[in-house]
Amino acid sequence: MTATHDTVPFAEAIAAFDPVLGLETHVELGTASKMFCGCPTMFGGAANTHVCPVCLGLPGSLPVVNRTAVESTIRMGLALNCRIAEWCRFARKNYFYPDMPKDYQVSQYDEPLCFDGYLDVTVETPDGPREFRVEIERVHMEEDTGKLTHAGGATGRIHGADYSLVDYNRAGIPLIEIVTKPIVGAGALAPQVARAYVTELRDLMRALGVSDVRMEEGSLRCDVNVSLSRPGEPWGTRSETKNVNSLRSVERAVLSEIERQAAVLRDGGRVIQETRHFHEDTGRSTPGRSKEQAEDYRYFPEPDLVPVAPPRDWVEQLRATLPEPPAARRARLRAEWGISDHEFQTLVNAGALDLVEQTIAAGVDSAAARKWWTGELARTANDRGVELAALGVTPQHIKRLEELVGAGSLSDSLARQVLEGIIAGEGDVDEVVTSRGLAVVSDDAALLEAIDAALAEQPDVADKIRGGKVQAAGAIVGAVMKATRGQADAAKVRALLLERLGVSE
Amino acid sequence: MGLIGADLVRQDAATLARAMAEGEVSSEEVTRAHLDRIGEVDDRVHAFLQLLSTEALDAARDIDRRRAAGEQLGPLAGVPIAVKDVLTMTGVPTTCGSRVLEGWRPPYDSTVVERLRAGGLVILGKTNMDEFAMGSSTEHSAYGPTHNPWDLERIPGGSGGGSAAALAAFEAPLAIGTDTGGSIRQPAAVTGTVGVKPTYGGVSRYGLVALASSLDQAGPCARTVKDTALLHAAIAGHDPRDSTSIQAPVPDVVAAADEADVRGMRIGLVRELRGEGYQAGVSQRFDEAVAILTDLGAEVVEVSCPHFEYALAAYYLILPSEASSNLARFDGMRYGLRMGDDGARSVEEVMSLTREAGFGAEVKRRIMIGTYALSSGYYDAYYGSAQKVRTLITRDFEAAFAQVDVLVSPTAPTTAFRIGDKVDDPLAMYLNDIATIPVNLAGNAAMSLPVGLAPEDGLPVGLQIMAPPMADDRLYRVGAALEAALVDRWGHLLIEEVPAL
Repeated sequence: MTATHDTVPFAEAIAAFDPVLGLETHVELGTASKMFCGCPTMFGGAANTHVCPVCLGLPGSLPVVNRTAVESTIRMGLALNCRIAEWCRFARKNYFYPDMPKDYQVSQYDEPLCFDGYLDVTVETPDGPREFRVEIERVHMEEDTGKLTHAGGATGRIHGADYSLVDYNRAGIPLIEIVTKPIVGAGALAPQVARAYVTELRDLMRALGVSDVRMEEGSLRCDVNVSLSRPGEPWGTRSETKNVNSLRSVERAVLSEIERQAAVLRDGGRVIQETRHFHEDTGRSTPGRSKEQAEDYRYFPEPDLVPVAPPRDWVEQLRATLPEPPAARRARLRAEWGISDHEFQTLVNAGALDLVEQTIAAGVDSAAARKWWTGELARTANDRGVELAALGVTPQHIKRLEELVGAGSLSDSLARQVLEGIIAGEGDVDEVVTSRGLAVVSDDAALLEAIDAALAEQPDVADKIRGGKVQAAGAIVGAVMKATRGQADAAKVRALLLERLGVSE
Repeated sequence: MGLIGADLVRQDAATLARAMAEGEVSSEEVTRAHLDRIGEVDDRVHAFLQLLSTEALDAARDIDRRRAAGEQLGPLAGVPIAVKDVLTMTGVPTTCGSRVLEGWRPPYDSTVVERLRAGGLVILGKTNMDEFAMGSSTEHSAYGPTHNPWDLERIPGGSGGGSAAALAAFEAPLAIGTDTGGSIRQPAAVTGTVGVKPTYGGVSRYGLVALASSLDQAGPCARTVKDTALLHAAIAGHDPRDSTSIQAPVPDVVAAADEADVRGMRIGLVRELRGEGYQAGVSQRFDEAVAILTDLGAEVVEVSCPHFEYALAAYYLILPSEASSNLARFDGMRYGLRMGDDGARSVEEVMSLTREAGFGAEVKRRIMIGTYALSSGYYDAYYGSAQKVRTLITRDFEAAFAQVDVLVSPTAPTTAFRIGDKVDDPLAMYLNDIATIPVNLAGNAAMSLPVGLAPEDGLPVGLQIMAPPMADDRLYRVGAALEAALVDRWGHLLIEEVPAL
């Protein structure tokens, strides 16, 4: 039984112990069909509709490897600087669970398709950016399981449930698993290194086009291994925190596990090798099953599949298709845009690089493109807890907004209202402008009418202006802007007002 | 030769197909004759688990209509066939001889069944087998044993005893079997019929409920070598749904059966597959058949395959290992039997109760052996070593085939034994497959054909011919030559001597 320990504050924990991390990341590949059959991989759909005898594991059915999944895995391996196996096999991982149609998972065991690579990641420190090399142990392919829903019971877990439902739509979706070698020497930066690594993996997969990594749909899942040891001593026992499903959670899971293990060790306790479950709401984990009675998966080579032996010339052709690595691309963009590290990091943190680059490519001025994406839009995305690209605003929208602002038919504040409309799903820029009636009032007669009305309401202010107190014009301009619901150009109103009253600046 | 007035069920498939093509008889008449025969004798033979009378007559009439409309049909169109109950067929119960699959109706056709349908063959029903093809006697069927038409007190071999007995009882002229360690060939041997295990990958395994994936192979069964060749040609060939199926043209087995010429061929006697342990009458008939091959112009030499003595041991590690994984899915969650689901028991308990009730003793024995052999810490010693032996056996075959065109041996060490004699002695049961197992381990092709009755018990003896991978045609060249010489000697096929039921 695990004693209940408190946690040790992070700074204190890191002062006493060195953390070692290991990250296993599962990502759904963006192939059109499943790993071993022709069923579609699209998310959603009524339960058990994207299934066939193969992904249901019906007696007699046989798997056939999806070539695109192999190709995607090799490209990912190459991008992670891995060696690509000349010959490797799938293996069966045997265990009984109702979400597995065959009661074994087709995976890879001691013969991964890609191995021995690395990924360089950068973390921000008070002393400026610092680079870490994360070594990659292996990249392999496997099939996903079905999805269980537990009805009744308090916890939504299988134990205590009244009954459980299985949806096999997810069964057989191709997964890529990327396993790091132990990450040592990160010290206090360990949580950030973990987050930066997973972020970098995500960006790499998107750049490669092998997955669009829809984290909100659970298409990236991370298992976080953490151990602590006192400096100079052998590595400690590790725990494995399962299914950490967001970038923020990766960082928090590492941090909270360091704090927890430090408390156990400080009190003279022993860290138990176990699986832990991370809770997004509390940012803490609770113990799952102990690995001390570890399941024996009885791996053996999958006899229903022939070995995967990618010809070397194919591998080289795939290498030639690799896009610019994200780190190199960032260096290039920062130089091209001529901005500070800090400003650039703001763009990176906002997930705005692609969007800004595309907006500039669409013909928008670089500073304006950055302003739109990192300002209002980044704030909205952050408030809603979604990714910037998920807001529904496109580089084309920004281009059109900039055209209208440049032509004087939209003010900045009107442009922000247009964006609100787009995010609310009201259509594109011109549709929102029309439906919300957001065009700048540039009709002089209409403006003069509003000015006259405002002057009539505030005769004392009118007199002050006539008397030379030009700064009092603000009150009239404000009233006109209010009357036109912000759709007038304030500078123009002011000019018209002064002209009307026959005064000059 | 017309078939008017002839006993349709005693004709071979080639004769029936020709008669149908020439309009002497309809597929409906032929099918009805076989269904009648089944109705007459199957209560004693118990070759069939599932009879598809209505479907078969519908299919037969459809073929007759298409033939009347002038459609070009396959060489076996309209001929009835029995299919081992280990191959899926849409909507038709597929039990694999097990309680655990009771009630399961597959939603898809196996490739073999699909090709039979495409060839216009008429499927009469599904035949009995040892549970999940584990056995050499069909006594391990959960639905009761099949009886050997030569002597109803004796076993028809296994696991495909149902298919072989159906042929020997004239219930069907053709049948499909599957062979993991001899399940086509040993039943053929003990029932006086012909059976071929094609090269591994020669016939698609899609829809064949797996026993041991790296060993399983479906193949043709019949009463003549020519019929076996015709059926072989109908079901063989690459299937994109089976990754292990070979992407190469099927050897021309029908032409080889027609040529039936062994002149100039080199034939090897496997030293390790004869002599001690083989019944005297089996050895005698085998030696006589080898002498005939020499007379026909073949050169017969002795070859040694020194690692064959380890084949049985390796086989009984590889097969249970793969089977333990293949049979995991029978857990009561999705189809077939489900036990103990009272709303209170856990999923683990329901799985466990289902498997306890659904599997027979032999299946449990092999699942336990396989689970043990794959366990962490034992894998290298058991599964790993067995795979090395497998490689050595493959090399033995390669070395032998560098010297000779085919190898021959008795198919089984004894003739059909009595029902009940070995059912409680697994090791004695396993020894039935001693001569057939090496071929499955190496993945090459082999045939069993009848070469006479053992003098001491009057029961059929089978001779096994083994050929290199993708040289299946050699089996038919040799088998057809030997069969023709024996028919010359006896004046008829051996099967004509089967007692009336």
